[in-house]
Amino acid sequence: MSELILGSLMSDSLENRGLIKRSMTWIDQRFPWTPTFEKHASKYYAPKNFNVWYVFGVLAFVVLIIQLLTGLFLTMNYVPTAEGAFGSVEYSMHEVSWGWLIRYAHSTGASAFFVVIYLHMFRGFAYGSYRKPRELIWLIGMGIYLVLMAEGFFGYLLPWGNMSYWGAEVIVSLFGAIPIVGADLAEWIRGDYVLSSITLNRFFALHVFALPGVLVVLVFVHMVALHHVGSNNPDGIEIKDKKDEKGVPLDGIPFHPYYTVHDFFAVIVFLIAFCAVMFFAPEMFGYFIEKPNFQIANPIATPEHIAPVWYYTPFYAMLRAVTFPLFGLDAKFWGLVVMAGAILIPLALPWLDKSPVKSIRYKGRISKFMLGMLVVSFIVLGYLGTQPPSGFGTATAQIGTLVYFLYFILMPWYTRREKTKPVPERVTGGH
Amino acid sequence: MRHSSVLTIAQIFGSIIAVFIGACLSAASDSDWELEPMKPNLKDKASLQRGLGLYVNFCLGCHSLQYRRYERTARDLGDIHKDDMLDYVIFTGQPIGDYMYSSMSKEDAKSWFGAAPPDLTMVTRVRSPKWVYNFLKTFYMDDERPFGVNNKVFPNVGMPHVLLPLQGIPEEICYGYEAVDLLAREPILREKKLEGILTRTDRDTPIEQLDPLEGRELNCPEVAAIPGTGLYTPEQFDQAAYDIANFLHYMGDPSREVRVSMGRYVIGFLVILMIFAYILKREFWKDVPKSPRRVREEHTTEL
Repeated sequence: MSELILGSLMSDSLENRGLIKRSMTWIDQRFPWTPTFEKHASKYYAPKNFNVWYVFGVLAFVVLIIQLLTGLFLTMNYVPTAEGAFGSVEYSMHEVSWGWLIRYAHSTGASAFFVVIYLHMFRGFAYGSYRKPRELIWLIGMGIYLVLMAEGFFGYLLPWGNMSYWGAEVIVSLFGAIPIVGADLAEWIRGDYVLSSITLNRFFALHVFALPGVLVVLVFVHMVALHHVGSNNPDGIEIKDKKDEKGVPLDGIPFHPYYTVHDFFAVIVFLIAFCAVMFFAPEMFGYFIEKPNFQIANPIATPEHIAPVWYYTPFYAMLRAVTFPLFGLDAKFWGLVVMAGAILIPLALPWLDKSPVKSIRYKGRISKFMLGMLVVSFIVLGYLGTQPPSGFGTATAQIGTLVYFLYFILMPWYTRREKTKPVPERVTGGH
Repeated sequence: MRHSSVLTIAQIFGSIIAVFIGACLSAASDSDWELEPMKPNLKDKASLQRGLGLYVNFCLGCHSLQYRRYERTARDLGDIHKDDMLDYVIFTGQPIGDYMYSSMSKEDAKSWFGAAPPDLTMVTRVRSPKWVYNFLKTFYMDDERPFGVNNKVFPNVGMPHVLLPLQGIPEEICYGYEAVDLLAREPILREKKLEGILTRTDRDTPIEQLDPLEGRELNCPEVAAIPGTGLYTPEQFDQAAYDIANFLHYMGDPSREVRVSMGRYVIGFLVILMIFAYILKREFWKDVPKSPRRVREEHTTEL
C-alpha cells in the first residue's frame, strides 16, 4: 500500500521521471547526495520498537530550527544597548508586523527547548543510552546541554527587563564567590564594574553569533556519532547483533520512510502544544516570561523576589541549599561548587553504571527506585528554586540535593549489587 | 520482603508529595488588601475608547505610553478617525504617527515627585488589570502624605489622586471604638477624619456593646467618597476605573485579540493535519512486522 502511495506521488509521467533521474545522476556525479541520503535515511536502520520517549531528539531539532529562524528575525529589530534594548523588544511587540509572533515563538521556544531536552535526557537515563558504545554521543549531548544553558542565560539578559538585569547580576556575582580570583573574574565577565551596556553587548554577541554556531556544530556531531553506532532502544539491546544475509539488522527498519512519517506525526502533536502556549498563554503564568521583565532594567530597584527561569531552578535551589561555610570559605562558594557539580555529574554516567543490562526494564528494584527519586528530587528542587527562601524550603532543598547526588554516587554500588532480569534476544513491544 | 520494600517506596513518595503540597500552601501572598474582581473585556470598544479618553486627560500628563503610537491605538480601538484623534486625544501637538509621550520632562518630574513617573504601557503585565482597577479606586485622604492622599493597594504611593474631581473626596471607613474617657462614656474614633461618612459604623450602638480597640489597629476595610463632592456617582466612578484598567490591559499586549483568534485557526489546522499524519504513519507501518509483546518476568513497579 505504501509503495502505491509513493508511486502515485512520484510517477506523474515517464518523461518527468526520466528528467528527475537524469538530474539526480548529474548531481550525484558532483555531490554524494544519493549515498548520503541512503546512509542516513533510507538505509539507516533504526530499531523498530521505539516508544514515545524516542521523539524528543527530533523535537529538540525542530525547536533548534524555530529558535534559529525566530532569532534571526528578532535580531533585525533589536538594539543591543542599555538605552535601546528594552524599547526595541517592545517595538517588535507593538509595532513590527508579526513581531509579537516572532518574539513569543522565541520565548516559548526557549522553554520548549529545555522541556524536550530534559525529557530527551531522561530517556537516556532510563534506557541506558549513555552506555558503551554510545559514551561519546552522551558526552557530546551533555556538551549541547551546557551550551544551551549558557545560551539561555545570555539570551535572558537581552530584553533588558528588570528580571533580566537582576538575574544576570545574581549569576555573574556568583563567580565573585570564587576565592582569590573571584572579584576580578566577575568584573572580566561583565567588562565593567556593574552590569552595563558593555555586558549587554558581549552577551548579545555570544547569544546570536558564538553559541548558536557551537550549538549547530555540536548537534551535527551528536547525530554523526549516533548514526555511526546506531540508536539504542527501550530494551537496551543491540539490533546490529542479529542481521540477515544482506547485513540488515533483523529488528531494524529504514529511518525513511518509517520514522520520517512517525516523527512527522510527533512533530505535529508537539506543535499543537507549542502553539497552545504561544497563542493563548505566552507568559505561561509568569514561568516563561516573568512579570518584572515587563519593566525596564533598574539598577537601583530589585524585583521583590529574584528567581531564574524555571529551567535553571533545580540547580538554583541546590545553590541556595548550601547555607554553611566550610574550610574558611563562604557558603556561597560551596553553593556554586554544588551547583556546578550537579550540572556536570551526569558526564560521568557511562562509567558509573556497572549494570549488566542497559534498560531500566531489566534493571533491579534499586535502580528503578533511584531513578524515580531522581525525578522527584529534580521536580521538587525545581519548584523550590522558584520560591523565596524559607527555613522549611531550604531543609527540603538540602534533602533533595542529597537525593540527586546519591543517584550518581551510589550508582556503581547498586547497579552491580542488584538482581537484574533476563534480557530478551530480540526487541519487544513497540508500535 | 517484597511487600516491605513496596511499602517503603509508597511511604517515601507519599511523604515527598506531602512535603510538596505543604510547600505550595505556605507560599504567602504579598498584599493584605483584598482586590475586588475585575474582568477585562477587549471586545468592549466603547469601554476602551472611554479608557483612552480618561487616560489622555488624567494620566498621560505624567505617565507616558512611549512604546505605542497614537495611530495604532486609534486603529485598534475601532478605527477612530484621524481628525477626532487630533481634536480630542492628542493634546501635545504631535503628529498621529508619533509615540504617546508624556509632556512632562524627566528633570521636572524628578524635582516635583522625587522620581520620574513610570511609563505605563505594560503596567497591567507587571501588575494586572485587576490591580490597576483596585489601585484607582482605593485612594483616600491622609494628611501625613505629601500629596494629602494615600492608597490601599499601593501604600505610600508618591502621586496625587488625579481622579479626585471625578470621584470626590475619598475617606476611609473605619470600624472600632476606643473608649478614651470611660467616665464620660463618650466613644470617640481614633481616626480624626470620619466626619460625614460615619453612616456605616455602629454610631447608635450603646457603648457597652461596642468592642473596644484596646491597642488593636483600627480596622479600615473600605474607602468611599463623600457624597456630593465629585462629578461622578460611585457607579460612574467604578466604571471609569474599569475603563482605564481595561484600556491599559489592551495597551500591555495589543496583539492579544488577534493572537487568540488566530491561535484557534492554527491549532484547528494542526489537529486536522495530525489526523492525516497519523493515518499516513499507520499506513506505512502496516509493513512492519510486530515484535512480540514484552514479557514481564515478575510483578514490579514498572517505569
